Amino acid sequence: MADNNYQIKGAGKSEKWFDYVLLIFCLLLIVMTVYPFLNVLAISLNDPMDTMRNINFIIPRKFTFSNYIYIFTENNLGSAFLMSIARTLVGTGIGVICTAMLAYVLSRKDFYFNKPFTILFIITMYVSGGMIPEYLLLTRTLHLSNNFVVYIIPGLIWVYNVILMRSFIEGLPIALQEAAKIDGANDFIIWAKVILPLCTPTIATVALFLAVGQWNAFMDTYLYARELPTLQYVLYEIMEKATIKIDPHAQANQIQNAVSPMSVRMAITIVATVPILIVYPFLQKYFVGGMTLGAVKD
Amino acid sequence: MKKQNAKPKVQKEKFSWNLMWKQRYLLLMSVPFVIWLIVFKYIPLWGWTMAFQEVKPNSFALPIWERKFVGFDNFIQAFTDRLFPQTMINTIGISILGIAIGTISSIFFALVLNEICFTRFKKITQTVSYLPHFVSWVIIASIAKMLLNDGGAVDTMLNTKLHLMSTNSALFWVVVCLINVWKEMGWDAIIYLSAMAGIDQGLYEAAKVDGANRFQRIWNITLPSIKPTVIVLLIMSVGGALNVGMERQMLLSNGIVQDHAMVLSWFAYVRGIGSNNYGLGTAIGMFQSVVGIILLFIANKIAGMLGESKLV
Repeated sequence: MADNNYQIKGAGKSEKWFDYVLLIFCLLLIVMTVYPFLNVLAISLNDPMDTMRNINFIIPRKFTFSNYIYIFTENNLGSAFLMSIARTLVGTGIGVICTAMLAYVLSRKDFYFNKPFTILFIITMYVSGGMIPEYLLLTRTLHLSNNFVVYIIPGLIWVYNVILMRSFIEGLPIALQEAAKIDGANDFIIWAKVILPLCTPTIATVALFLAVGQWNAFMDTYLYARELPTLQYVLYEIMEKATIKIDPHAQANQIQNAVSPMSVRMAITIVATVPILIVYPFLQKYFVGGMTLGAVKD
Repeated sequence: MKKQNAKPKVQKEKFSWNLMWKQRYLLLMSVPFVIWLIVFKYIPLWGWTMAFQEVKPNSFALPIWERKFVGFDNFIQAFTDRLFPQTMINTIGISILGIAIGTISSIFFALVLNEICFTRFKKITQTVSYLPHFVSWVIIASIAKMLLNDGGAVDTMLNTKLHLMSTNSALFWVVVCLINVWKEMGWDAIIYLSAMAGIDQGLYEAAKVDGANRFQRIWNITLPSIKPTVIVLLIMSVGGALNVGMERQMLLSNGIVQDHAMVLSWFAYVRGIGSNNYGLGTAIGMFQSVVGIILLFIANKIAGMLGESKLV
């Protein structure tokens, strides 16, 4: 975006050193971001007994897959993994369709209830009932505890995403809709056949936001569905078990207890991180655009 | 963009059943979501009435008029709770620290990216910097506890004197805020970077002709130009000052630092769900929301008085 102006800035010969300062800063930042993940990866691929000696390395000293084999066979991680995948796929799929539908209706200025509906949705961005009333609604009134539905329906639509998509649809030429209308298409057909195919960039953005939200969600499992553990929740449980034992002033014998879970924990951390790592770089141009669009227009 | 596409204003038709029939598909495509909204967003809001009642697990099933009305007792009980003062201090401390460090670091990072002239390298840095934003707090906590606990890489680098995760003091606030910066700096910089991309390049050229060096151009052109964006974001974060998320606090803390990790939302959970005093928990949550809205208006007003761009 700002690339076109770099000749102007970099031109001054005397200020060339400054570019190298910036370069070094960026390099440092990359190291600071990447090192922790490499460290985790190395521990997860290292022999657990060997890891006990020292945890600060980024190349496995004694290479092994045993930690991964352990988590998928002994630790019942398979079902948690499937649960995470299921909620991500279902939640994202339904969420994107609902967001797109609502966004289209709210972009139609001729819709009689456009104003009141929009206001109703926007208000909820600023005030919410809070944790306790929501908890009571879901567990006591609707009896959704430990029901898969609790992962999908309460967080079905994010108003922010609707606004993002609505701005995009409003930017599309209205003539397309009018042409379809003259051809006899009803509003649903216009949405499905004309609007949706043109919305790919925002659909990608919204899908990424929803999918990441679903994959990373932890609080809903913690509050409502501990019997349907996801990857995040299993990782949390293992972390809890490990940290309770750690007493900073009695290290020597304690570390032995804490480190074996350490290898397992790091392996799960990697399993939970990799899907995100694979997806987000490819959607970068979409979500950066989406972020700025939402910010400017709101 | 909006201006270019401005269409002739659509004439709003009067209500008629004929019109409803004409727009039946639009109704079908939106009414279910409005019902969803009412059930999952507005009914919890109605739940605020519980803040003025005594609601325990056995009295929850009662219809609202049969529950005991207690006025502001729940609020008084919350404010006199032995955990309340420290919780309030933590919430405000973490918030102010977080807003200050977060804003400064992401503006700084945006400036660096804006100034750097190695285009490809800039792209790589940006991509890498988004990574932690997409990673869950559970994962971040898992990694942070590995790195910061005694014997971890950061702890070793700092010479093991600090006990970052095991000192029961406000040091934990700093740790939480720095971890947050590590996670969100790249992402938050996007918005500043786009504001910088919108600056008129003629300004820089003119300044160059006038002999301004790079720092002077940053100070006199870039920073003043992004000021409106900064102000709007600051107003919004002041509005959310009390909403320090329970998830992050709970995951990063441990038994030792708990006193300094407790924040309002977590406190609401502990009292409301942990001790099954729903009325009290709701009161704490309501206090948090209402103060948030008041803060938002105050910040907005102050920004307006200082002649800055306002949010509303």
